[in-house]
Amino acid sequence: MEPSSKIFYGALSLLTLAALGAGLVAAGAEGLAFGLFSVLTLGGALVCIWERSVVRSAFSLMATFLGIAGFFVLLHADFLAMAQILIYVGGILALILFGVMLTPPDLTERKISRVLGGLVVFGLGFAWVGMRVAESATWAVTEKGPAEGVNNAKRIGVGFLAADQYVVAFELAAVVLTVALVAAVYIARRRRADLEPMEGQGGGA
Amino acid sequence: MGLGAYVAVSAALFALGVVAIIVRRNVLYVLMGIEMILNAANINFVAFSHFQGGALDGRMFAIFTIILAAAEAAVALAIVLNVFYLFDSVRPSEADLLRE
Repeated sequence: MEPSSKIFYGALSLLTLAALGAGLVAAGAEGLAFGLFSVLTLGGALVCIWERSVVRSAFSLMATFLGIAGFFVLLHADFLAMAQILIYVGGILALILFGVMLTPPDLTERKISRVLGGLVVFGLGFAWVGMRVAESATWAVTEKGPAEGVNNAKRIGVGFLAADQYVVAFELAAVVLTVALVAAVYIARRRRADLEPMEGQGGGA
Repeated sequence: MGLGAYVAVSAALFALGVVAIIVRRNVLYVLMGIEMILNAANINFVAFSHFQGGALDGRMFAIFTIILAAAEAAVALAIVLNVFYLFDSVRPSEADLLRE
């Protein structure tokens, strides 16, 4: 392991402990869960950016998706948490891994430590904008959660199918998915003219 | 935890997604960055829905975002494969021709 990677993963472990401790102190068990999920989410994204191997990045993205599913559980959105795990971890991540396996590794990929200065400037600027937005925005929230014992999946199912709610968007989403997947198959297929020289010369697209 | 904590995590995830898109040279990292950005938006949708007494609208938006993200990933992967066949490279900056 390179020295810069050692420093990165050491700092990440320390940040993990700090986030878990801060969450535990701030809000008890819920805070601990929040700290764990935010470490999974942001740590997964950080490792995804840090690693130069696409496979490692794709697998660390799995931690991000699982952390977000945890957030959904904390926010009482149980159906969404299950959908997140099924669709993102089971579907989209598998698609990205197919992409990784069907394309060559880029051996000239740059190291993050080389662009660290630019990243620090970007992060500070983003944090500054975020602070300004946070202190000027007034969000119309009631700060109270939903009533206990609500069946979320049933509410979402009724919302999808009730004529005065989301039925048009639901049907449109079905059409969009069908068209997009058929189009994806059409685009990705290799034409016969591309295949024949491959067989004759044994390589080269 | 309050709304602000969720919004902060979501903003950080959004920033990391933007970094992944800008810094990396492989087009698959662009895909991953887009997924991070969509997920950041989803956290916001669900958090605001939760802190408004469990309103349904934010969750519905999040579900539709997930549906469209699945369609987007499939089409993007097909485009990535085609770009690789045509240009023999997975760098977005080298795919600069409209014809074969």
